[in-house]
Amino acid sequence: MDAGTLPKATLPKAAELGLRVAYNPRWQPGAPLPLHSEIFAPATQGAGAGAALAFLQTALRGNNDEAALLEECNVLWVQDARAIKLGGRPYRAGLPEALRHRVIHVAAKTPEDALFAMEEGLRCRDLAAVVGEVAGNPRAMDFIASRRLTLTAEKHGVPLLLVRLDAEADLSSARMRWRLASVPSSPPRWNIAAPGRPVWCAQLFRARSHLTGEWILRDEPQGLAAERIPTATTPDHGDLVRGPGARSLAAR
Amino acid sequence: MAIWCADLALDRWRHAENCQRGEGADAAPLALIAETAHGPRIDAANAAAREAGAAKGMMLADARTLCPSLDVRPSDPAGDLAFLERLALWAQRWGPWSAIDPPDGVLVDVTAVAHLFGGERRLLADVKARCSARGLSVRTAIAPTAGAAWALAHYAASGAVLAPGDDMQARLADLPVAALRLDSDVLLVLRRLGLKRLSDLAGIEEGCDRKGYNDLRGRDALQRRFRNRKSPSANPLIRMDQLLDRVPEPLLPVVPVTAPMVQRRLLEPIWHRQLLDRVVADLAADMARTLEAKGEGARRLQLGLWRVDGEVLTRELEMAAATRDPAHICRLFADRLDDTDAGFGIEMLRLRAAWSQPLGLDQADLEAAAEQHGTSLAACMDRLTTRLGTAAVQRPVPRASHIPERAQGWQPPLEPEPVEQHQLAFHTRPLKLLERPERISVLYAAPEGYPRRFSWRGEVCEVTRVEGPERIAPEWWREKGSARLRDYYRVEDEAGRRYWIYRNGLPTDGRGGMPDWYLQGLFG
Repeated sequence: MDAGTLPKATLPKAAELGLRVAYNPRWQPGAPLPLHSEIFAPATQGAGAGAALAFLQTALRGNNDEAALLEECNVLWVQDARAIKLGGRPYRAGLPEALRHRVIHVAAKTPEDALFAMEEGLRCRDLAAVVGEVAGNPRAMDFIASRRLTLTAEKHGVPLLLVRLDAEADLSSARMRWRLASVPSSPPRWNIAAPGRPVWCAQLFRARSHLTGEWILRDEPQGLAAERIPTATTPDHGDLVRGPGARSLAAR
Repeated sequence: MAIWCADLALDRWRHAENCQRGEGADAAPLALIAETAHGPRIDAANAAAREAGAAKGMMLADARTLCPSLDVRPSDPAGDLAFLERLALWAQRWGPWSAIDPPDGVLVDVTAVAHLFGGERRLLADVKARCSARGLSVRTAIAPTAGAAWALAHYAASGAVLAPGDDMQARLADLPVAALRLDSDVLLVLRRLGLKRLSDLAGIEEGCDRKGYNDLRGRDALQRRFRNRKSPSANPLIRMDQLLDRVPEPLLPVVPVTAPMVQRRLLEPIWHRQLLDRVVADLAADMARTLEAKGEGARRLQLGLWRVDGEVLTRELEMAAATRDPAHICRLFADRLDDTDAGFGIEMLRLRAAWSQPLGLDQADLEAAAEQHGTSLAACMDRLTTRLGTAAVQRPVPRASHIPERAQGWQPPLEPEPVEQHQLAFHTRPLKLLERPERISVLYAAPEGYPRRFSWRGEVCEVTRVEGPERIAPEWWREKGSARLRDYYRVEDEAGRRYWIYRNGLPTDGRGGMPDWYLQGLFG
């Protein structure tokens, strides 16, 4: 098991970072879920929540020895009012089979309340994970708030998957930041005219322990499958200092 | 033992007026009345009024013609019942448990108790003396069964004692059938059948007629006559069996429930938040001790703050699981006390556990790391509901319905899931459902056919893949007849966005014009 999923990492952070990069510079679907990740997705798609649940399920399935423990742990799903208005509430019959009976939903009125609920959820030792959905770039969702969330998540070892709907990538201390959008699904076997299992185009644009890149993610019944989209050219370093959003302090 | 307060309403009234029987206000004819649909009716009349001709159950207008000087007061049945409950608790001085016998009696279990008072007679004398000291005129009786005691108290001389060795039937034979605690319509039936005394009924029960000849038809006939009456108070045979101890008669005992309560009276009124928090912490610690002694945990707590100027502020708290952790209680109250207006100061605080549940003692330090490590789920839910409200923290549960928005309900997070029939697994459902379906404008080749293109929130989506329709008929037992069916389609547009849309009705269903299209769900 990787140190990233452990509540209290036994190794110092720098050494751990060096180890992991040496082993595994590129992200893979089986890679451990960092304790705080952000997913940027458009509000008119279910891509953000779908991918968050897919990441979560892969992580829960990945560490088998903890699986029995996590089996009956609940997942806290926090939404603020605007996220509910734009993207709706989770629908039990459409959730993954393993998570259906484990979701506790929090409908927060304001982003401040959503932040409070997420932090309380991260402090709770009986939760498997916290999924947050916040729409836009509210004033409360600043760097300090995200740093608070990261520290709480790392202190208590509860992973946080924060879905940002229709948001700009501003300053954040999230360990992994994804940009997601739906792409046409692979045709199902029996009816090629029907929409198939979800497929997303995922861009990992900031990560603490991995190289950035772009993937096509498929949510298969066995787990998440990824197919790397090779970047045509070497990254353009002149592009880095575009705005404050592109330069996450924590991600270096 | 049965205690019958024959004059309960008037005794209470006399107590309230502070006058003795037959003196002061009680000397004049007086009746307690209740308003009914046909005018005021007399609930109770005092001795002078009874002498003048007024009786219980009479219309007031009739009584006034007999006794024009009749004075009336409103009766108070709810107050009588509350008094009776207190009386039943007080009557536990004579026996380990008691039950109320509405509207005006109390039953006390005095099995193996009488010798403590020097025998049954002296026990009854004690009851009489104590009750008359309270201004209650009572009639009492002791018998092996509750039914027999009730019958003797109401229809025999006061202080009757039926010892276990006595022949119960012989002693009760002369009582009227009303002693069986039957409804009035049943009494009417029995009177019409010519059954007036318990001995008549007992003869039939035994299967012999009055002359002693065997005649089993009697009991059968009565059984047939009352075969539909399952309630004991409507069936004389059941009542007779209960009276003679052939079938048991369960009684509901009165049990005093006291909510654990702690309070602090303060020497000096406080108006600083810091001091208030200190006092609340003390109260929480007291409450934890009180609850621990009872082996209980609180589910609902009420904090009352008495201000110097006579105002009372209350703060209520409801927990997701029973708890008595003082730190947790303090933390939850800290959120609730933010808007407290102390005025000139708070002089007394009282914490009351209005609802508590059994909670065993648990070992606190077994897993010290886990204890320090985070909060438990119940504590987390409490903190969330205290700040965000109970409606904000919920768990989705399935409901028995085909209509998608009705197929999901919400319930508090820690309640057990309701039992449900398994959902059909062959339909694909969206990951998220919009709060209410949003109307979209759709371009289609044929009105009943697949959608080609639609616009939603100002974006145009070219539909590239469709599956459907999945037809969901309206629930006719809930909705009006004009509700239209829904044809659901799963669609995907050229950008890969996957939606769940439906057409509300068919063009030819005769329930309105061309059907509208709605977008209801988002797929992952």
